Amino acid sequence: MAEVQEVKKEREALFSKKNRKLISDPLNDSNPITVQVLGICSALAITVKLYPALVMSLSVLFVLGVGNVVISLMRNLIPNRIRIIVQLVVVASLVILVDQVLKAFVYDVSKELSVFVGLIITNCIIMGRFEAFALGNTPWKSFLDGLGNAFGYAWILLAVAFFRELLGSGQLFGFQIIPEAWYMSNGGFYSNNGLMLLPPMALITVGIIIWVQRSRNTELIEEN
Amino acid sequence: MQELVNIFVKSVFVENMIFAYFLGMCSYLAVSKKVSTGVGLGAAVIFVLGITVPVNYLLENYVLKEGALSWLGPQFAEVDLSFLSFIMFIAVIASMVQLVEMVVEKFAPALYGALGIFLPLIAVNCSILGGALFMQERNYNTIGEATVFGLGSGVGWFLAIVAIAAIREKIRYSHIPAPLRGLGITFIVTGLMGIAFMAFMGIKL
Repeated sequence: MAEVQEVKKEREALFSKKNRKLISDPLNDSNPITVQVLGICSALAITVKLYPALVMSLSVLFVLGVGNVVISLMRNLIPNRIRIIVQLVVVASLVILVDQVLKAFVYDVSKELSVFVGLIITNCIIMGRFEAFALGNTPWKSFLDGLGNAFGYAWILLAVAFFRELLGSGQLFGFQIIPEAWYMSNGGFYSNNGLMLLPPMALITVGIIIWVQRSRNTELIEEN
Repeated sequence: MQELVNIFVKSVFVENMIFAYFLGMCSYLAVSKKVSTGVGLGAAVIFVLGITVPVNYLLENYVLKEGALSWLGPQFAEVDLSFLSFIMFIAVIASMVQLVEMVVEKFAPALYGALGIFLPLIAVNCSILGGALFMQERNYNTIGEATVFGLGSGVGWFLAIVAIAAIREKIRYSHIPAPLRGLGITFIVTGLMGIAFMAFMGIKL
């Protein structure tokens, strides 16, 4: 009951300017991957194709959104000394949920993601947002912050996957984009860049995204 | 014996945690500005992986796996607790890290001085949980194999962080385009190192 009342009380400012900023900021100027450097581990390994990247983004969206709300609801109950364990338990239970759902409905993708679904638990974005935001803010704000950061994570993931799938196998979401007639085997001039499918190119693609982002917003440039 | 050496070489070079799976990237990027801190964190990772992987192996094979509880009695032979593995593994890792920290503090104060600040960081390092999950996926036959896999992955991670820290110390004196400084160039250098490490991929062990 208590939470219902709390939501009602804040309704007049549900999408106030400050709240909208919580969603829009992580998309660019405080992007979790390229600026806060959180959650790189899983971001790179599953970006060979767009579809698994999309599934992964949705999983993170769910875990981060719900987790932030749960932690925020409990923020006054959690003793400071054991907060890491409490956070881990909350994330781990949510990730088990996601994992079981994926195994039941999209088994192929869940095989492809293999250990990386489990690794959402130690994804630094999640712990980072719990620590930095959910422990000190109301549930609705934490929810927005979770959504914003998950979107920020998702667009980098999808951008990397877009380039890797397009250049690496000439497809998007498994559909052929580059016309078949262009390929060398059919007498054309084009061939796929197999290098894009290999793990190191994910790092280099993110490096280039960071480069582009920082030359557009020079405030983000680091000292050395 | 040869089997163990194979697993070790494979987990250090061919299936390197950083260059092949990107596990533990967050601390890899954050703590690699100086070689000395890189060495400290790397050593702590070897240490913790060498302990948590065999412990999780025992847990997996005697508690979680389908039929693993049959030592309790025939009525438990069909119990499958594998859906609990994430929460069990992370609990084991968090408590083992705490335990290791206390033991090291008590019996090896010098080592604690060197590793101390890094140990708490490690509970949420993806490579530790990743080690446990890969161990589960690959079904190692004996606890010896699992231990060697854990140590090997740790050594691979150590190698990677020390190498990138050394490169970053040198790169500070070069003229890098301003927007690439810091994070950007570190990503690209790691990518190039990954390409170099791919030379090992052809090795069949």
